[in-house]
Amino acid sequence: MRWIRHHLVVIAGLLTLAYMILPNIVVMVFSFNKPAGRFNYAWQEFSTDAWKDPCGVADMCGSLSLSLQIALWATIGSTVLGSMIAFALVRYRFRARGAINSLIFLPMAMPEVVMAASLLTLFLNLGAELGFWTILIAHTMFCLSFVVVAVKARVLSMDPRLEEAARDLYAGPVQTFVRVTLPIAAPGIAAGAMLAFALSFDDFIITNFNSGNTVTFPMFVWGSAQRGTPVQINVIGTAMFVIAVLIVVTGQFISGRRKNSALPK
Amino acid sequence: MTVTEAPPAAPASEPVVHKQPARRKLIPYWLLLPGILWLVVFFALPMVYQASTSVQTGSLEEGFKVTWHFQTYWDALTEYYPQFLRSVLYAGTATILCLLLGYPLAYLIAFKAGRWRNLLLVLVIAPFFTSFLIRTLAWKTILADGGPVVNVLDSVGFLDVTSWLGMTEGNRLLATPLAVVCGLTYNFLPFMILPLYTSLERIDPRLHEAAGDLYAKGSTTFRKVTFPLSMPGVVSGTLLTFIPASGDYVNAELLGSTDTKMVGNVIQSQFLRVLDYPTAAALSFILMAVVLIMVTVYIRRAGTEDLV
Repeated sequence: MRWIRHHLVVIAGLLTLAYMILPNIVVMVFSFNKPAGRFNYAWQEFSTDAWKDPCGVADMCGSLSLSLQIALWATIGSTVLGSMIAFALVRYRFRARGAINSLIFLPMAMPEVVMAASLLTLFLNLGAELGFWTILIAHTMFCLSFVVVAVKARVLSMDPRLEEAARDLYAGPVQTFVRVTLPIAAPGIAAGAMLAFALSFDDFIITNFNSGNTVTFPMFVWGSAQRGTPVQINVIGTAMFVIAVLIVVTGQFISGRRKNSALPK
Repeated sequence: MTVTEAPPAAPASEPVVHKQPARRKLIPYWLLLPGILWLVVFFALPMVYQASTSVQTGSLEEGFKVTWHFQTYWDALTEYYPQFLRSVLYAGTATILCLLLGYPLAYLIAFKAGRWRNLLLVLVIAPFFTSFLIRTLAWKTILADGGPVVNVLDSVGFLDVTSWLGMTEGNRLLATPLAVVCGLTYNFLPFMILPLYTSLERIDPRLHEAAGDLYAKGSTTFRKVTFPLSMPGVVSGTLLTFIPASGDYVNAELLGSTDTKMVGNVIQSQFLRVLDYPTAAALSFILMAVVLIMVTVYIRRAGTEDLV
């Protein structure tokens, strides 16, 4: 009993972690299932069929590649626009800063369904055709705020004297930006970009409203929950999990090595 | 907002930027312009269109016209108040559960994990990158009728208690309020843990030692030192959980039944299936108002305004 009381936090924390990981394990296990009916919710027998033929389901890999494309463009768009805003907010004093800060905060303080619905009314009123472009516009919009926050945090912790030093050494504004400012801000920009990619790739609610007949991967999964879920969905889910963990671990490994070898701060 | 109006204030810490010729003062505006324009056109303007839609009447065939028909708001509220109440109730419960479940894990990562810290953080963040819809569908398997989870909870009498509380029905979990709350809690847990972890990590461990030196017990240290210092994380974590959960319709749709529909489900079906745009717009505005009011009051009371 004493031991349990002493380690209560650790036990509770690990239980929460188990709760968080459990669905991922279920997804992984069921990627090796051979379902009897249309739905892959009950374990039948072991099979590697789905792994041998991940694109064997009609339209699934098409929706996957569409989601990747949208996520890529939305990431580029929101990262460029968001980083510019973040630099302006941290590095310059000007009027309307407060108003701009609220405008950036509001999309994060609003239920997604409200934004999704209001965008749909805009597109309906303008007579825009729902599809790739409306999804891309919407994703860029809601990823923007998250990029601003991520980049702002990094730029705030930057020492402005480094840029002064560059100027003292006769670097022009462009040279200073490319050789000094950008490399220091890069981790923040990378974090913002990764967040934007993940948010866009995984977004369902805003896409649901503004996609028309275009089917992104989350839309495909949603539809399959009604029609019957192919095992391949679990294969993709497992692959995404493994790739994500690998990317994060590699990233940590690289930044860890940099920390050891680079100049002291 | 002309150039000449720009304040010439030059704080001593950033002299370089401000000693520039007048042309340079335009730089922040050029940096802001594209992004802010994007937000105005695709975030602020849509809200105006939605406001206008909510006071229109008409039909899809004849078209909608602005008639300042505020009655729609009242009708929407009286017809769908159960879904509104449910949204607040489910999202609130999920938020409290997230806090109770998330705090120990955030604490563990911040203070006790040692060299396991990075691994634990990866395991918290990784779900972000796996499709949340696939993971929510996995809960259907976990909570399935006659499955191990239901059997265990049933045999220890847990389901009797929750049935009595009206959170489950008979000996099943799927298609009950508890399943929806479980899904919501699961989906938004990372949004609670990360801010909590960030604010806990900032706490100087020497404060714990100092509390110990002053003969504070572990629980007293937590109550008087750790928890108050982690308040910014608690506030932003609860907001990041409650706001999206209140508008969510995925969990109610996949894990619930017709009796567990939330306001998000109504907005979705009114907009995309029934095509009653004014009612849908009015509902969405009411939800936004409710959330914004609750958030503002909450932030005032909690006393932290530097959330971003």
